[in-house]
Amino acid sequence: MEATYNYKVVRQFALMTVVWGIVGMLVGVFIAAQLIWPDMTYGIPWLSYGRLRPLHTNAVIFAFGGSALFATSYYVVQRTCHVRLFSDGLAAFTFWGWQLIIVLAAITLPLGYTTSKEYAELEWPIDILIAVVWVAYAIVFFGTIAKRRTPHIYVANWFFGAFIITIALLHIVNNIEIPVGPMKSYSAYAGVQDAMIQWWYGHNAVGFFLTAGFLGMMYYFVPKQAQRPVYSYRLSVVHFWALIFTYMWAGPHHLHYTALPDWAQSLGMLFSLILLAPSWGGMINGIMTLSGAWHKLRTDPILKFLITSLSFYGMSTFEGPMMSIKTVNALSHYTDWTIGHVHSGALGWVAMVSIGSLYYLIPRLFGRTEMYSTRLITVHFWVSTIGVVLYIAAMWIAGVMQGLMWRDFNVDGTLKYSFAEVVKAMYPYYMIRLLGGVLFFAGMLIMAYNVVKTIAGQKAVDAPIPAPAHA
Amino acid sequence: MEILYLLIPLSLVLVLLVGVTFWWAVKAGQFEDLEGPAYRVVMDDDTPPGATPRATGR
Repeated sequence: MEATYNYKVVRQFALMTVVWGIVGMLVGVFIAAQLIWPDMTYGIPWLSYGRLRPLHTNAVIFAFGGSALFATSYYVVQRTCHVRLFSDGLAAFTFWGWQLIIVLAAITLPLGYTTSKEYAELEWPIDILIAVVWVAYAIVFFGTIAKRRTPHIYVANWFFGAFIITIALLHIVNNIEIPVGPMKSYSAYAGVQDAMIQWWYGHNAVGFFLTAGFLGMMYYFVPKQAQRPVYSYRLSVVHFWALIFTYMWAGPHHLHYTALPDWAQSLGMLFSLILLAPSWGGMINGIMTLSGAWHKLRTDPILKFLITSLSFYGMSTFEGPMMSIKTVNALSHYTDWTIGHVHSGALGWVAMVSIGSLYYLIPRLFGRTEMYSTRLITVHFWVSTIGVVLYIAAMWIAGVMQGLMWRDFNVDGTLKYSFAEVVKAMYPYYMIRLLGGVLFFAGMLIMAYNVVKTIAGQKAVDAPIPAPAHA
Repeated sequence: MEILYLLIPLSLVLVLLVGVTFWWAVKAGQFEDLEGPAYRVVMDDDTPPGATPRATGR
């Protein structure tokens, strides 16, 4: 029998990416509406903002983003190493385990079970399950690398590999906690020590989950969709090593003007500024891949998604270091500007690069070369791009306004605006943000329709592994 | 800030591991050819067997 790649697990994760994208973004739209109409759920505790917000973040980051990373990393590692996954059983275990974790999160978070650590809210039994699934993921991924039939390890695999190892370490260190009941635990760290660990985790999760992982995706799917090699392979290697050598210390910028020692804050700011260099190197490398073939952007909506995602990557990796400067942070911290920044990265970069990659990937998993409708991809592209722009522009204005109003004093030294007055001033921008979110969500529904039409009546295919190339 | 006694050594260990991996990659010849791999990825034909381009739709 002819040897084939394991596309089954890729298919499963790819389709669940679309499903969880819809779920996670729906919850996001819902809580955006709650900020405008706080009483819309009649005080039902399970639907309160405080419980649904972590559900939104967990669903979009770990369910949508995570499934996209599993799908693409399993595909890329097989295709670039010319071998089937190390273990089909373990790969299936990572799929079902990850889905179970997501379902458990969707149940426990609305019930109010939380460690209260941002982006690590899940309680200790689920944390253990995450660690087990993640170790299985590492075994499948690195096992596949180890048995590769190509001498070279393609740069995308380096990014995926760094992401897998770092997330394991971050997750375990940040979630060391003392259980006091089946669904209750206390962090092993206290006070500012806990805050430091939390943001060491928090920012490195941004760096390795939401950046390194998706850069792996970018370095494979941009060249594939453009049908051109990456602009500079040398630069991509420099990009990788520069990024991982300098990443680890950006976390303290989340704790400016807190009890954290001043020097540690400044260190965090310094490392954040340094990160601008590798980030922009990678962004330019990705975009310049189209050098000499810019005309493809006119007709190919998948490339539009991928190149736009890189533009947002460039924008948010410029904005981030700027916001980490202490004087800027004094204005931006705790305002909606931060929310705008996050969504410029999350919708503009993470979601768009995933969507573009999935449009490339899904037809190939079901025996086709392209999606059912290219026109619908174009519609999706414009709807979601307008959605992101509305979202982040509204949050920029709201955030800067908030910051300025909070720091405005009367001549006698009293505050010029009460907190509630600032909240009231936010309403128009919250409406625009909701509109932007609804558009982005609508785009996901268009995608789901296109995906269903693409795979309907098609047979799942597992592509054969090419005969070993004799070098 | 005793937590830094954990985080700073942890970062140093990580940087060391990254350095060792880099050293291994150089020694193993991973960076001998910095042109070919980019082309090989594009040339890898992942058109599914028996693909039916544009059966339906517009």
